[in-house]
Amino acid sequence: MTTFEERAHLALKNIPLQTNLKRGMHYFANARVTALAATGDPLGLRKRGKAIRDAGIANIDVHLASLVTSVERNGGVVHWAGDAAEARQIILDIAQREGVKLVVKSKSMATEEIELNHALEGEGIEVAETDLGEYIAQHAHEPPSHIIAPIVHKNKEEVAEVVSRVAGHPIAADPIAINNFARADLRQKFLSADMGISGANFAVAETGTIVLVTNEGNGRMCTSAPRIHVAVMGADKVIPTLDDLPVVLSLLTRSATGQPISVYVSMLSGPKRAEDVDGPEQFHLVIMDNGRSQFFGGEFQEMLNCIRCGACLNVCPVYKATGGHAYGACYSGPMGAVLMPGIGGVREFGDLPHASSLCGACRDACPVIIDLPRMLVARREQAPHTWIEKLTFRLTRLGMTSPLLFRLGVTFGRLGLRLFVKDGRVKSGPPPINRWTHGRDFPPIANKTFHERWKHMEKDSR
Amino acid sequence: MPRVSLFVTCLVDLFYPEIGEATVKVLRAQGVQVDFPRAQICCGQPVFNSGFRADAAAVARRNLKIFNDAEAVVLPSGSCAAMIREHYPHLFDDTKEREQAERFAAKCYELTEYLCDVLGVTAYDSNFTGTITYHDSCHMCRGLGIKQQPRQCIAGVKGAALIEMPQSDECCGFGGAFSVRLPEVSEAIMYKKLDSARASGADTLVSADPGCMMHMAGGLSRRGDALQVKHIAQVLAE
Repeated sequence: MTTFEERAHLALKNIPLQTNLKRGMHYFANARVTALAATGDPLGLRKRGKAIRDAGIANIDVHLASLVTSVERNGGVVHWAGDAAEARQIILDIAQREGVKLVVKSKSMATEEIELNHALEGEGIEVAETDLGEYIAQHAHEPPSHIIAPIVHKNKEEVAEVVSRVAGHPIAADPIAINNFARADLRQKFLSADMGISGANFAVAETGTIVLVTNEGNGRMCTSAPRIHVAVMGADKVIPTLDDLPVVLSLLTRSATGQPISVYVSMLSGPKRAEDVDGPEQFHLVIMDNGRSQFFGGEFQEMLNCIRCGACLNVCPVYKATGGHAYGACYSGPMGAVLMPGIGGVREFGDLPHASSLCGACRDACPVIIDLPRMLVARREQAPHTWIEKLTFRLTRLGMTSPLLFRLGVTFGRLGLRLFVKDGRVKSGPPPINRWTHGRDFPPIANKTFHERWKHMEKDSR
Repeated sequence: MPRVSLFVTCLVDLFYPEIGEATVKVLRAQGVQVDFPRAQICCGQPVFNSGFRADAAAVARRNLKIFNDAEAVVLPSGSCAAMIREHYPHLFDDTKEREQAERFAAKCYELTEYLCDVLGVTAYDSNFTGTITYHDSCHMCRGLGIKQQPRQCIAGVKGAALIEMPQSDECCGFGGAFSVRLPEVSEAIMYKKLDSARASGADTLVSADPGCMMHMAGGLSRRGDALQVKHIAQVLAE
């Protein structure tokens, strides 16, 4: 198991990746701000979004129960999954029972979270990702590196290489040529698939409506062409009423891609009815907990408000420096660093909350004003501390609360550090200062601290 | 005569006492009576940010006592001011202590905030001449919402001209313990910042946060870049 630091090291040394990230992330820089400003009252809208999410999550039990009733009333089937394994098994069971050979998928982070593709493929079921980014990620055998823009870490030459391999003949590094090939390839899949799997950007409790936000139309194909539609959602995606939708939808698209609304917004309320000309014969909704209930009722509850727009990734200096793969998790950036220890465990993901300078840009960008920095610190508190950390911070606390120990520390620190001072600076310090001097010079401790200087200064004033 | 207790912060105390001297000079020039409670050490942010909440509370508790009688507390650091204002009240479960922390938070000011919003200073008697680009430190601009005041201060120095850098409010990569926990990531963020500062064309990089200063100055020195780094108090007191 690698650490964030090791993965970040590889990412920072990967020059093509760095170039791609810079270019890719540049797009996001102003898109969100401009699109939100166009509403005339960005903060007001965000506050409304927060209020909707706060209230919805506070009564999540009631809304989930209502969602189940609504979905069943519409003729759908609801499945509860306690964890990722259960969710996979539920979907696998449906697929096997129905003799599914080919699954087409709309972009879904919930299915990334449960690593669904592997499970289906392991049982001989072909899975085709149909979102262009996910399609390329799948054929490159890579996980998505951004929850909204899965291959923001790739350039068009790299994409063309992947697509050429799929085609078996060269495809030009031209977005239109790449698109045309993928479209032709996917069209066949849409027409022959037995099952379409999607996520759910929102699930409306009062109507049992699954809302899908997409830009390519593939989501609509996945959920209407095959005879079975399975939607997978985290339990937190429920919203109470249709009236709540315009606010959170507007916040989502504006914050994610800077669009006032996405090219497609699909609102799916159950399987095909007798009078419908098309649509799936079966609709299944898998509602997944997978650790989310642990967030409820505690200091991490606010995280359940997240609408998965990716804005916090786009403004995070750490994410922008390393890209998403360094997080080693399906959710990256600040939201991932708070989510992952909860849904994947602190043992494996306990170092992610430290992958932040606590600059607070995420909180400012969040469409529902989630206090991510507060929770990043709370996650740090919760993660198991090594004995070195414990010792370091216990000593630090002692130094910070005892003037005598502090003065002793300063005196010895100053003398000790002097051995390393050259030309008025430390270029290569002893541990742990070497982790600073790795790329930055360290200043010497002043010959006379402010405390020592104050005596004279106090006199000056008299 | 307004009275202020100076919380000089540990970084200024140890590494940049001249910033403390400049802070005192600027305040005194405005007729402020400055005292320095000798028992002070650190606001406790390093332990707090590292997830040692109980230890941070112990440090905070001590500071509540030290500054209990102060009329107003001024810090030449946005980040430490934010620690006290944003986090101290949440460190205590005991109602009495929490109220005490809230009172402390209410009388704490970042230096430029105190100069502009409390004293209403518009001009400084400073010999500084040159072009300045200002780095908005994260906790100061996003945590405390102090963006205009340092710029107002710079505008009050006759010889100073402000040239904004692109993304002046993006992190410098310091982040306290973050800088040594993930040095390479911290440096990558810093170099982007230094490039922005350089792109401004200014000859002095100014910040109101000693932590950011230490980080950016360390990076510039390593790069062999002669761009000057100054604390805003030094600009106002020169």
